[in-house]
Amino acid sequence: MSAVGTIGAAGPSDAILPKRGGWRGRLADLLWRRPGLLLLLMLMPPVLWLAVVYLGSLLALLLQSFFSIDEFSGLIDRSFTLKTYGELLRPANLDIIVRTVTMAALVTLAAAVVAFPIAYFAARYARGKWKALFYLGVMLPLWSSYLVKVYAWKLILAKEGILTWLLQKLHLAWLLDGWLALPVVGGSSLSLSATGTFVVFLYVWLPFMILPLQASLERVPANLLEASADLGATPQQTFRNVVFPLALPGLAAGSIFTFSLTLGDYIIPQIIGTSRLFIGQAVYAHQGTAGNIPLAAAFTVVPIVVMGLYLWGARRMGAFDAL
Amino acid sequence: MTFAVSFQKVSRHFGAVRAVDGVDLDIRPGEFFAMLGPSGSGKTTCLRLIAGFERPTAGHIEIFGARAEAIPPYRRNVNTVFQDYALFPHLNVVDNVAYGLMIKGVPKAARRREAGAALEMVKMPGYGDRRPGQLSGGQRQRVALARALVNRPRVLLLDEPLGALDLKLRENMQEELKTLQKSLGITFVFVTHDQGEALSMADRVAVFNDGRLMQLGTPQEIYGSPNSRFVADFVGSSNVLPPVLVERCAGQRRWASLRPEAVKIGAPGRLSATVVSRAYLGGATRLGLDVEGQRINALVPAGEALPAEGETVRLGFADEDLHLMEPG
Repeated sequence: MSAVGTIGAAGPSDAILPKRGGWRGRLADLLWRRPGLLLLLMLMPPVLWLAVVYLGSLLALLLQSFFSIDEFSGLIDRSFTLKTYGELLRPANLDIIVRTVTMAALVTLAAAVVAFPIAYFAARYARGKWKALFYLGVMLPLWSSYLVKVYAWKLILAKEGILTWLLQKLHLAWLLDGWLALPVVGGSSLSLSATGTFVVFLYVWLPFMILPLQASLERVPANLLEASADLGATPQQTFRNVVFPLALPGLAAGSIFTFSLTLGDYIIPQIIGTSRLFIGQAVYAHQGTAGNIPLAAAFTVVPIVVMGLYLWGARRMGAFDAL
Repeated sequence: MTFAVSFQKVSRHFGAVRAVDGVDLDIRPGEFFAMLGPSGSGKTTCLRLIAGFERPTAGHIEIFGARAEAIPPYRRNVNTVFQDYALFPHLNVVDNVAYGLMIKGVPKAARRREAGAALEMVKMPGYGDRRPGQLSGGQRQRVALARALVNRPRVLLLDEPLGALDLKLRENMQEELKTLQKSLGITFVFVTHDQGEALSMADRVAVFNDGRLMQLGTPQEIYGSPNSRFVADFVGSSNVLPPVLVERCAGQRRWASLRPEAVKIGAPGRLSATVVSRAYLGGATRLGLDVEGQRINALVPAGEALPAEGETVRLGFADEDLHLMEPG
């Protein structure tokens, strides 16, 4: 009783506390009364950066794709034309597009297949030390330079590299030779074949698939799996009907990374693989040595359109329903 | 007699933790069976053992006479209503309810019809197109119930299904569950930590503590004649009298239980007490009494004379109301 009495004895003047001193106090009061102002202050830098600088330059680039290049003088003709897009659809250029999109699709598919078990293990079973180890294992490759990793792979995949050596020791060299003898995927060695390009793409982009997938699997409550089993579903049925649909947003997010990163990359196919070009390399060549900025711009539109179609398709298939 | 569920010396240990320890238990077909106990007492693990989410470390489990400890959950004709309902967030209500039928390969039209009927049974018709996220707790509860019952399980397991509901809703649901169980004739196994719920709904109650089965009996037996200090303390608001006081009243050095409504104030008794608190409950008033440092509650029906706080009174009770338990 007495304790309550002491607490209750405060005078009426204590009901409203005095202003906090200085401009910080006034600012806090102002932001509390005008929450919109706080939002504006918070959003201004990213909006300036993303919308104005980034999207602005992207739009300028898109605009370039509607210009054309004068074939004799090499000067840019700044009048609206679809001529450059017509050029883009020439068989040689179309070939580049098909090759890049196919590679991006295959890398994405393979990344999903490889990442799923790892992400599932991390989300369902890994605790404490193992979880830390998982994050370290997935993130560690991202800490080292991308170029170092790619050149390391060049050594691994080279004809004199460790992989060939290992296969020889296992008396499996015939398997590698048989694979390399195949058209399209083959070549004189793994580091000079489309297979090599694929393997390195898969390695370099894999963390970008694992992390969102793991995040989405982590959000699937364990009791949903129990409920599914309780209702008669075998583990395979539970995977198809519960785990997979609920992991789809993560899978979609991861595939956006792997797909778009593969679409735009120009370094990996330059170092590892055949001499056939990918979109990124074509852009690099056209805006650099060839000085054909309009065609380079038209090439960059391709990944944007492909990604747009991809997202639209994913949405139609209900990939974001569980968000 | 074939029991719906039969535990024979069942244990489930997690490392050094004995979640369930040597439990023998028989659940009769068609009965409403409650497993009661504080959290960590092993009642939920027992339920999970019946569902097949856990496997016993020792002992045997039979479901309708068939050995079950090595049978995975998807091969048991047993369904569960989960504590937090575990509805599939990516499916609408009707697809949630029809999930079990879909897994069994029932054609779409038939399973929609059956799911609709099940929703009607739990008084949720017309909700089929909603997502679980759009439903209230009570509605989710009903959907979870329909999703389990649509499979016509031999045993229905309910894991604290009413725990998250508010009082009024809970009372309604208790009645409905009881009616549903009677009309369907399915064996219900109900886990709860709420002794009032267990006593009011179940045909028989099993009281658990520390992974062990303390007492199994009808609600009347559990409430009226608890066999241990724990049961007396946990079930109902029974007073537990220490051996010193019991020896003076009944001549035996044992622990005893005494229900608050059996305590008579002012009756010529062998104990005297000081009134510590008074709580008005509507139909009665609960007095908190201090008997030589021992706290005892008494329920005084409305209309009877009430002593004031701080007053010293004599306590009495009929000899048959003092229920003797383990020796002290």
